[in-house]
Amino acid sequence: MLKLLKYALYDILKSRFAIIYTVFLALVAISIYQVSDDLSKVSLSLMNIMIMIVPLISAVFATTHFYNNLEFIELMLAQPVKRSQVFLSQLFAVILMLSLSILFGFGLPMLLWGADSSLITLLAVGVILSAVFTGFAFLASVLTRDKAKAIGISLALWIYFSLVYDGFVLYIIYSFADYPLEKATLGLVMLNPVDLGRILMLMQLDISALMGYTGAFFQKFFSSNMGLFIAGGTLALWMLFPNFFALRVFRKRDF
Amino acid sequence: MIWYQIRIMKRYLTVFLLLLFLVSTAEGFSTVIRISPGQSIQEAVDRAMPGDTLRVAPGTYPQSGIVIRKSLVLIGEDYPVLDGEMKGNVLVIAADNVTIQGFKIINTGKSNMDDSAGIKFFDSKNCVIRDNILENAFFGLHFSNSSGLTIIGNQIHSGAVREFEVGNGIHLWKCKNSFIGNNEVSGHRDGIYLEFVTNTQAKENLIQKNMRYGLHFMFSHDNSYIRNTFKNNGAGVAVMYTKNVLMKENRFEENWGSSAYGILLKDISDSEVIGNIFLKNTVGIYMEGSSRIEFTGNTFRENGWALKLMASCDQNTFKANNFTQNTFDMSSNGSVVLNTITENYWDKYEGYDLDKDYVGDVPYRPINLYSVIVEKIPAAVMLWRSFLVTLLDRMEKILPTMTPDQMIDQSPKMRPYDIG
Amino acid sequence: MISVNGISKKFGKQEVLKDFKLSFDTGNSYAIMGPNGSGKTTLIKSILGMVLPDSGEILVKGQSIKGSESYRSSIGYMPQIGRYPQNMKVGQLFSMMKDMRPEIKNYDMDLVEAFELNKIKDKSMGTLSGGTVQKVSAALAFLFNPEILILDEPTAGLDPIAVEILKSKIQRERKAGKLILVTSHILSDLEELTNHAVYIFEGKVFFNDTIESLKEMTSEEKFSPAIAKLMQWTLKKKSTTYELTHA
Repeated sequence: MLKLLKYALYDILKSRFAIIYTVFLALVAISIYQVSDDLSKVSLSLMNIMIMIVPLISAVFATTHFYNNLEFIELMLAQPVKRSQVFLSQLFAVILMLSLSILFGFGLPMLLWGADSSLITLLAVGVILSAVFTGFAFLASVLTRDKAKAIGISLALWIYFSLVYDGFVLYIIYSFADYPLEKATLGLVMLNPVDLGRILMLMQLDISALMGYTGAFFQKFFSSNMGLFIAGGTLALWMLFPNFFALRVFRKRDF
Repeated sequence: MIWYQIRIMKRYLTVFLLLLFLVSTAEGFSTVIRISPGQSIQEAVDRAMPGDTLRVAPGTYPQSGIVIRKSLVLIGEDYPVLDGEMKGNVLVIAADNVTIQGFKIINTGKSNMDDSAGIKFFDSKNCVIRDNILENAFFGLHFSNSSGLTIIGNQIHSGAVREFEVGNGIHLWKCKNSFIGNNEVSGHRDGIYLEFVTNTQAKENLIQKNMRYGLHFMFSHDNSYIRNTFKNNGAGVAVMYTKNVLMKENRFEENWGSSAYGILLKDISDSEVIGNIFLKNTVGIYMEGSSRIEFTGNTFRENGWALKLMASCDQNTFKANNFTQNTFDMSSNGSVVLNTITENYWDKYEGYDLDKDYVGDVPYRPINLYSVIVEKIPAAVMLWRSFLVTLLDRMEKILPTMTPDQMIDQSPKMRPYDIG
Repeated sequence: MISVNGISKKFGKQEVLKDFKLSFDTGNSYAIMGPNGSGKTTLIKSILGMVLPDSGEILVKGQSIKGSESYRSSIGYMPQIGRYPQNMKVGQLFSMMKDMRPEIKNYDMDLVEAFELNKIKDKSMGTLSGGTVQKVSAALAFLFNPEILILDEPTAGLDPIAVEILKSKIQRERKAGKLILVTSHILSDLEELTNHAVYIFEGKVFFNDTIESLKEMTSEEKFSPAIAKLMQWTLKKKSTTYELTHA
C-alpha cells in the first residue's frame, strides 16, 4: 500500500498540474494579503476562494486524474496487489496532492504575513473539502465508463453543493419564515459539507456578530464540545462515505 | 494709534485688578473650614454657614450618607478618600450653589432600591462637580430635578462584572441647562443616562466599556453632544423619543456584538448628526421611527452595516458622508423609502465619471439584495458568503428587481470627502 | 495450470462469455483468436482478475482466483497498449514493479538488456515513443520469470528488430516450459509463437486444439488459410455454434 502510494504520489506531485495549482493558490493568497489590511478580511476573501474554487478544482482534477490513470490502474490490477490498495493509493495520492497545494499555496503566505486561528481552520476546511470532492469525483469515475460523463457528474455535484442546495435552503427558510428555524437550518448545514465548512469558518471570525440570532445560535452550538464533535463527525462522514462507496464499486468493477 | 490703544488697555487693566481685589476679599469674609482624617465631615457640614468652604485634608474618611442642605464648597486636597463602606449613598446634596471638587469616592452601597450613588443631588441649582474620582460606585453621579449643573473632569470607573450589579455613571433625571464635559466613565451600566433632560450639552467625554449603553437618553430635547467618544460599550449608544438633538464630531467605535449599535435612534426627530465617525460597529446607525434628521459629513468605516434604516423613518437626509469598508452599506426592511440619500462617497461604487465632475454618472444602490433578504428572513444569514449569495448580488446589480427603487444615491462622489 | 470452469459474463444485455470452459496447460503456447467482440479480451481480463465473471470459476495452479491476488505474481502480462504514469521515470517504474513482488529476487534481464532499457532509465515515461513503451511493457512482463505469460498483441507497434528479439524470447520461454497465451492479429506471428489454437466465437470456444490438428481438420497446409476456413465455418453455423475438438 505505502509502496503504491509512494509511486502514485511521486507521479502526481511531479505533474504540471500540482505546480500550477499551488502557484495559483499562492498568487491568490498573496494578492489578497496585499489588498486587505487586516487578518479577518484576509480570512473572508480566502474563504470565498476556498468555498468556490477548491471543491471545483478537486472534483474536476480527481475525475480527470482517475481516467488518465485508468490504464495504469489496469496494469496495477494485473499485478499481485489488492484492488483496495490500488484504489486507495490513487485516492490518497490525489487527496494528498490537493492538500499539499493548499497547505503550501495558502500556508506559505500565512507564514510570511501572519495568521490566526481562523486561517488555521481555513486550511483544515480546505483539506477536508478537497477530500470530500475527491471522493465524489472518484465515485463518479467508478460508476461510469466515460470520462466526459464522469466529469459531468462531478460538476453536477459541485453545482449542487455550492449553489443548488443553498437555493433550496433559501426556499425552505423563505417558506417557513414564521417558524423558529435555527435547529432546522443547523440540520440543513450538516447535510452540505460546503455549507458546514463555510459556517465553521464564519464562526471563527468575530463577524458572527453580524449574523443576528441565528448567528448567535450557531456560535453557541459550534463553540460547545458537543457541537464541535458533531460538526467534526459530520465532516468525517462526508469524507468517508463517497470514498467508501467508490471503493466498494471499484472492488466489483470490471476493467 | 498704538499708544492710544495701550492707554485704554491700561485703564481696563486697572479696573480689572480692582475688581479682582474686591472679589478675593469678599471670599475672605466666608470661612474656610479644614477637616482632617478622623473628623466627621457631616458634623463640619452641619456647623458650616452657607457660603463656607470645607477643605478636606488627604486621608481616608470611612463615612457615608453625608447630607448637605446648604450652599457649600467642598474641596478635597490631593484626593481624600470618602469610603462608603458599601452602605447607601456617600454624598447627598439638596441645595443650590454647591461645589464638590477633588474627592475620591469609593464603595457605595449596591442597591437598586435606593439607587445608591457616589454623589446624589436632589432639587439643586447651579452646582459644580469637578475633578472627582469615583470607583466601585453603584451609581456614580446621580442628579434629580436639578438645573445649572456643571459636571466636568470626573473619572468614574466600576469593576462590576454583571449588568444588574451596577448603575449608571452619570445619571440625570429631570434636569436642565447643564454641562457635562471631559468626564471619563467606564464599567457602569450606562455611561451617561439622561431622562427628561433639556438644554444640556455633553462635550468631550470619554465613555467606554460600559455594560449597556455608552449614552442613553429619552425625552431629552434640545441637547447637544459634541466631540464625545463612545467606545466598546455593550450595546453602543441608544437614544429615544427626543427632538432637536445635535450630535457633532463624536466618535462611535467598536461597539461590536450581536445587538450592539454605534447609535440606535428610535423616535428621534428634527435633529442633526454632523461630522461623526462610526468605526467598527456591528451597525453604525440603526434608526426606526425617526424623522427629519440631517446626516452630513459623517464617516462610516469598517462597520458590519453602516446604516440600518427601517421603513418607519422618513424625511431624513444623508448627504456628503463617507462610506468605506463596511460589510453592508445599508439595509432596510421596507420598499417604500421617503428619505434622501445624495452626494455620498461609497467605496463600493463601481460606476464611472465621464464628464470628470467627480460625481458618478450612474446612480449607486447602497442596498444589496442579500441584505434585503436577511432583513426579511433573518435565518437566511446562514447563507452568508456562499456562492449563491455572491451570485444573487451580482445579478441584482445588473438587473435590479428586489431592492427598493428609491433607495438610490443619484450623485455618488468619485472620491471620499476629506473628513475624519 | 489454468482452468476456466464455465464462466459467464454479461456487459449490460450483451452476454460476452457463455458458460465458457477451457483449460491451459504448462509447456504449451496458446494462440487466442476470434473476431472482435468474441470475448477473447474478456477471457484474458477474467484470468487476470480485472473482469469479475458473473458465474463460474477460474483456477490458477489449482486455486480459485476469486478474492485472491497472490496468484498474479506467477503471471507476466503485457498489455496491448501500456500506459504508465507520465512523470514516472523508466527506472522508477521497474523498481516499483519489483517492489510489488518483494518475494522474487531473480530477475530476467534478457529483454532489458536486448532493448537497452538501461540507457533510458532516467527518462520520464511520458516522453517515450509508443514503440519504446511497448519494449518497457514486454521487459516488465518477462522480468519476474513468471510461470504464465499473457501477451496481448505483443508485436504491435514494435520495430522489426524488436519484434524479432521479442519473438525469440517468447520461443525460448516456451521451450523452458512456460504457459504462454498470445493474442495477435498477425497470423504469421501466431504460427511462429504458438503450438495450440483457441478460436472463440460468440462467447464460446469454437476450436481448441493443436495447430497440427487445426490444419488437419481444415485440410489446409498453412495456418492462415486454416484460420480463414474456421472463420467461414463460424459464419455458416452461426445459429448453432458448437465446439470442435480433436476426438
